[in-house]
Amino acid sequence: MELFLHQLLAGIATGGIYACMALAVVMIYQSIDHFNFAQGEMAMFSTYIAWQLLAWGWPYWGAFAATVALSFIGGVVIERTLFKPIRNAPVLSHIVVFIAMFSILNSVAGFTWEYTIKSFPSPFPSEPLFGNRLISAHDLGMIGITVVLLVLLYVLFRHTRLGLAMRAAAANPESARLVGIRVGWMVALGWGLAAAIGAIAGMMIAPIVFLEPNMMLGILLYGLAGAVVGGLTSPVGAVIGGFAVGIVENLAGTFIPVIGKELKLTIALVLIVAVLMIKPSGLFGRTAVSRV
Amino acid sequence: MSAHLAVRGLRAYYGQTRALHGLDLDLAEGGITALLGANGAGKTTVLRAICGMIRSEGEILLDGKAIGGIAVEDVVRLGVAHVPEGRGTFVRLTVEENLGLGAMIRRDRAEVARDIERVYAHFPLLKERRRQQAGTLSGGEQQMLAVGRALMLRPRVMLLDEPSFGLAPRMVAEVFEILKAVNRSDRVSVLLVEQNATLALAFADRAYLIETGRIVMSGSTAEIGADENVRRAYLGY
Repeated sequence: MELFLHQLLAGIATGGIYACMALAVVMIYQSIDHFNFAQGEMAMFSTYIAWQLLAWGWPYWGAFAATVALSFIGGVVIERTLFKPIRNAPVLSHIVVFIAMFSILNSVAGFTWEYTIKSFPSPFPSEPLFGNRLISAHDLGMIGITVVLLVLLYVLFRHTRLGLAMRAAAANPESARLVGIRVGWMVALGWGLAAAIGAIAGMMIAPIVFLEPNMMLGILLYGLAGAVVGGLTSPVGAVIGGFAVGIVENLAGTFIPVIGKELKLTIALVLIVAVLMIKPSGLFGRTAVSRV
Repeated sequence: MSAHLAVRGLRAYYGQTRALHGLDLDLAEGGITALLGANGAGKTTVLRAICGMIRSEGEILLDGKAIGGIAVEDVVRLGVAHVPEGRGTFVRLTVEENLGLGAMIRRDRAEVARDIERVYAHFPLLKERRRQQAGTLSGGEQQMLAVGRALMLRPRVMLLDEPSFGLAPRMVAEVFEILKAVNRSDRVSVLLVEQNATLALAFADRAYLIETGRIVMSGSTAEIGADENVRRAYLGY
């Protein structure tokens, strides 16, 4: 029972990170209808920036805040320079740019900071909190940060004019323009937010998976699985899906002997394929209906 | 009456295809002008060209200032509200959010709140459904919402694209009555595109007849309505 609870809580903790990645992917998917393959590499790159700042002697939370801010700006700049010009280009052009971005970020990170694995500090104490051994302080902190982030995003999208404008721009760009919303900037803002969310996810997961240029590959796959399970058109669904994937991954890895540690990533892929076969719109996504 | 919105030699394109071939049009300040024509004549294209949704050439003057080539978002900021074909409802957002979006560019929060109440006073049905997703409204209710959303801008010019489309006759009468009231009280100049010529001629004070991208006739609605050819082709008697 204790093992079960332990794995469940650990699943929720990593699930929060998947939820963040899923949310980042969904935010961009909703505004440009394409899946950003490079989301994980963007997060990885952000994490290296944080590492660099820490290496220069910045305090943890200072580096954290600066990284989030820089990532936001980076996301906006990427949209304005790379994706705005190809807005109406075919899917394939987008995919090529995503792949290019993926390999450029990956190589530049490797070139600048070397491919050797680095440890990344956790801002949370290493002893278990309150003497309980069910969950590590870092896992607990990770859940806390994720929850705060999700609440902030919820408030932004549900209770501010900017959030309303962003939702309107994603849902119906033409009508949004007709009420005066600058849709292009809303898309750029979405990219900035996605990059910032990814940066937080990267910095939170790095102490667990260690910092190296390929660290986000698996995480993004889990995030994608979460997004697909929840439905690529539903931010709330993506978050729930992310948590679900984290829990399933941890429990299956522990309690189904065949799967173990080695086959855990397979679960994500099986989930993606299964959901796409049975319910392509995901659990919370809406089915595309077109009136003729 | 001075022309609030004047269009001179308007040509508009969908890709390489020219859909309007040099079109002149005047919108009187505070007046209601109807644009009549058959399906595919270019009525919707005129509205889309005026508010910068499609590429166009020629002059578009608002209060004598050229607005051709300006982005839609900025034309809206000049007080031009467009109620598009198909109503442009944000179906996943609530009724109230839809109305709020109409006032997105305004900063006077208190006034916006009052205007929402004013729209609710015009369309009590919308108030009942304020927390409902707009996509769950009937066609007529969505049309009311579209008009309400346009009013939230406090527009000086309203471009209406077939507001009667798909509505029950009773709904049509209601929507047009409110449009007329707003036209009078706020001195909003209205450009109305309609297939229902009888309705448009009763509602407007001037009308243009458009055929394959060209204006073929213009005048007061009385003149147009009395014309033999118009009666035969558009009014059906």
